[in-house]
Amino acid sequence: MSSIKLKNISKYVCKNVNLEIFDKELLVLLGPNGAGKSTLLNIIAGLIDYQGSVFFDNKPVDQLPANKRKIGYLFQELNLFPHFDVTANIAYGLRVQKQSRNEIMARVENLLQIMKIKHLSAYYPKQLSGGEKQRVALARALANSPRILLLDEPMNSVDYQTSKYLRAEFKILQKNLEITTIYVTHNFYEADEMADRIAVLDKGKLEQVGLPNEIFFHPTKVVSDFIGEPNILNCDYYHRLSFGLVEVKSGDISLVVSSEGEKVKKVAILPEDIYLSNTKPPGPDINRIKGKLIEIEEKFSTVCCIVLVGERYLRVKLPKEIFVNMNLNINDEVWLILNLRKLKTIEANK
Amino acid sequence: MKRYKIFKLKWEIIPIIIFLGIWEIIARINLISGHFFFPPFSAVVTEFWYLTVSGVLGPNFLSSLMRVLIGFSAGSIAGLLMGIIMGWSEVTNKAFSPIISLIYPIPALGWLPLLMLWFGIGEILPIAIIFICSFFPILYNTVTGIKNVDKNYIFAARTLGASDLKILVTIVVPLALPNIFTGLRLESGMAWRVIIAAEMVAIPTGIGALLMKAESLIRIDIIIVCLIILGVMCLSFENFFTFLEKKLTNRWR
Repeated sequence: MSSIKLKNISKYVCKNVNLEIFDKELLVLLGPNGAGKSTLLNIIAGLIDYQGSVFFDNKPVDQLPANKRKIGYLFQELNLFPHFDVTANIAYGLRVQKQSRNEIMARVENLLQIMKIKHLSAYYPKQLSGGEKQRVALARALANSPRILLLDEPMNSVDYQTSKYLRAEFKILQKNLEITTIYVTHNFYEADEMADRIAVLDKGKLEQVGLPNEIFFHPTKVVSDFIGEPNILNCDYYHRLSFGLVEVKSGDISLVVSSEGEKVKKVAILPEDIYLSNTKPPGPDINRIKGKLIEIEEKFSTVCCIVLVGERYLRVKLPKEIFVNMNLNINDEVWLILNLRKLKTIEANK
Repeated sequence: MKRYKIFKLKWEIIPIIIFLGIWEIIARINLISGHFFFPPFSAVVTEFWYLTVSGVLGPNFLSSLMRVLIGFSAGSIAGLLMGIIMGWSEVTNKAFSPIISLIYPIPALGWLPLLMLWFGIGEILPIAIIFICSFFPILYNTVTGIKNVDKNYIFAARTLGASDLKILVTIVVPLALPNIFTGLRLESGMAWRVIIAAEMVAIPTGIGALLMKAESLIRIDIIIVCLIILGVMCLSFENFFTFLEKKLTNRWR
């Protein structure tokens, strides 16, 4: 376990990247494709040469070759060795470090158990599903008890349901192992779910580093272009409904949000997470608001609308086809539906 | 599975039997004039038996076999080693590629006059020819195989703490095996084709030499015996490597 410091790192698209990752922290590196995320991971792992310096625990490691850096790396393509079975894949790192046979077997056994893949031990990678491969690759990366774990878009090759499962499991595992981790993704919600802190990388430049909420509520220009600029509502009323649910009011808008914290100060939601309807939607009146359409702007295949609710403006983004089908004009009455799970909150104590 | 295999073999044998039957009939009813130039299959079998018991076939076959085995083993081992080094180290590859690219296209038999003068007519000559004919193609296939191994596997092994030599031995060479085996398989058959040609031209013993002697004595039955042996040997050598490749790589490919 150790902290990582990047000082003036330059390579390919990356220009002068400075970043510090604290000990035991899970930092998510967020950015669009081609932002240089994988490049940064490869630099930290020592797999490619670079300009600048990398420090582990404040000690420079630039002269240390990749096989001496004690890093666990989960590659985007996983790179399980096709000619080894699951056991041999996991054992590989231990074998090349010349550990005794008994030690290796015990460690592999333990990892098979942690990753819940004991029944797969004799399978070859080609016989495994995406999620199973994922588990094997993670077990292999953890086998040498690395001090740093690098995960490159680890959920890319698995379906949504499996990825949800794996993410939750992984988060717990990471906290238990207390291993410094860099997690690369291009999905903000994945980042938000996993991260202690988020670093947003775009075109090789670090745009913003901070807590997930900071990034979401106060994105810089470039970051908001990428993750979207949320509608932010300041709350002037707060009422707890149940353990996980809170009713808040912002002017005429009343919303139910999920929050376990103290008094909710602000609520935010991305324009694409608000659904627009020209008729009154079915279901209870919760998180469904009536408003007036006051601006329509078409951008490629999406339509951005501004809806006036009481005295507040909400921005809504939706696919063009859907918008055209609703046959809406300026000043028409519309209903907005706010996705409960996509509403984010800032609490007073944070 | 096993049942299926036997069944398949049965099917494969039927066209051969039909072919031999037609051959026998055509020869027997004298469709082609001159019984002499077109012996029936049964006569070929008889001749095969006669050549075997009289001790003509055995020594000739063995000397061809030994030449192929020694020349091919030496050539392929050298090609493999050199190929692994060249595939792994870019410097070596750059240093040797130009020379090898120049020598590679020369047909193995083209070396014959030169080697005859260098080594004289003896056992070294055919072995040297086979060595040359196996070395270059296997070298090429090995270099290609090693170079084609996905760099990401090497990265993965490296982050897991493996040294370069370990990576080469445990990851790169095993993953290059399919390519390497393609070379071995093709060249094992090629070695037989080349040895026969060399023996026909320059060497007084072996199946190729027997072929030429049969020609001068107008013994078509013996020629056919030799050709069949040649066909069977090419096929079995190639099949041996197909089998070995399957054995080594089928589990994971």
